[in-house]
Amino acid sequence: MSVRVQTDDFDINAEIAALTNGRADIGAVVTFTGLVRDAEGSVSEMTLEHYPGMTEAALTEIEAEARARWPLQGVTIIHRVGPLAPADQIVLVIAASRHRQAAFEAAAFLMDYLKTRAAFWKKEASPDGDASWVDARESDEAAAERWGRT
Amino acid sequence: MQVLYFAWLRERIGKGSETVDPPADVATPAALIDWLKSREERYVAAFQDVSAVKVAIDQKQADMTTSLAGAREVAFFPPVTGG
Repeated sequence: MSVRVQTDDFDINAEIAALTNGRADIGAVVTFTGLVRDAEGSVSEMTLEHYPGMTEAALTEIEAEARARWPLQGVTIIHRVGPLAPADQIVLVIAASRHRQAAFEAAAFLMDYLKTRAAFWKKEASPDGDASWVDARESDEAAAERWGRT
Repeated sequence: MQVLYFAWLRERIGKGSETVDPPADVATPAALIDWLKSREERYVAAFQDVSAVKVAIDQKQADMTTSLAGAREVAFFPPVTGG
């Protein structure tokens, strides 16, 4: 399965190997890894919630959309849910292609679409016990819009 | 029909899902919200600002005015913040 929603951590090298092992038609692999950020020391825990079923369907659609736009040899999308700590890995996107441009662009596209179209919600807890849901950002919507309508 | 709530909507309503049987004139998500609000105060608090609420019908993105005819699962949630 190239699309996974899981509580477990993931191993980037193992995921790359799963895409590329035994084939010589891939010339470029681009990975994006998202981490729990705590730049101001204000986050002690981040909890990710999703909509089982709909979230996976959206990720599968996003992968199909990327494959329709770029010649891709492989795509992996992994998103974690549940409680995470600062510096933990949240999300992994891998795009594999013959050449780098398609892989770079597809990885960026996959993340822009994932952030605005897949049902995940982040809640941050602070060291003093407060907790708040993260607001959606207009800049993420703008980043997704730049790829144009299909 | 099954109604699902996510993130702060789930917290404000106090449950993630429930089975409801609204009257036949509840034909859209907007009408469903009004009907829920008429039943209990916590729905009024949760759905205070409907512009901040998204809806999906049977796991497909929908609008507040989409028909609920034949709907088995209606989900309400805030804008997504994954990645």
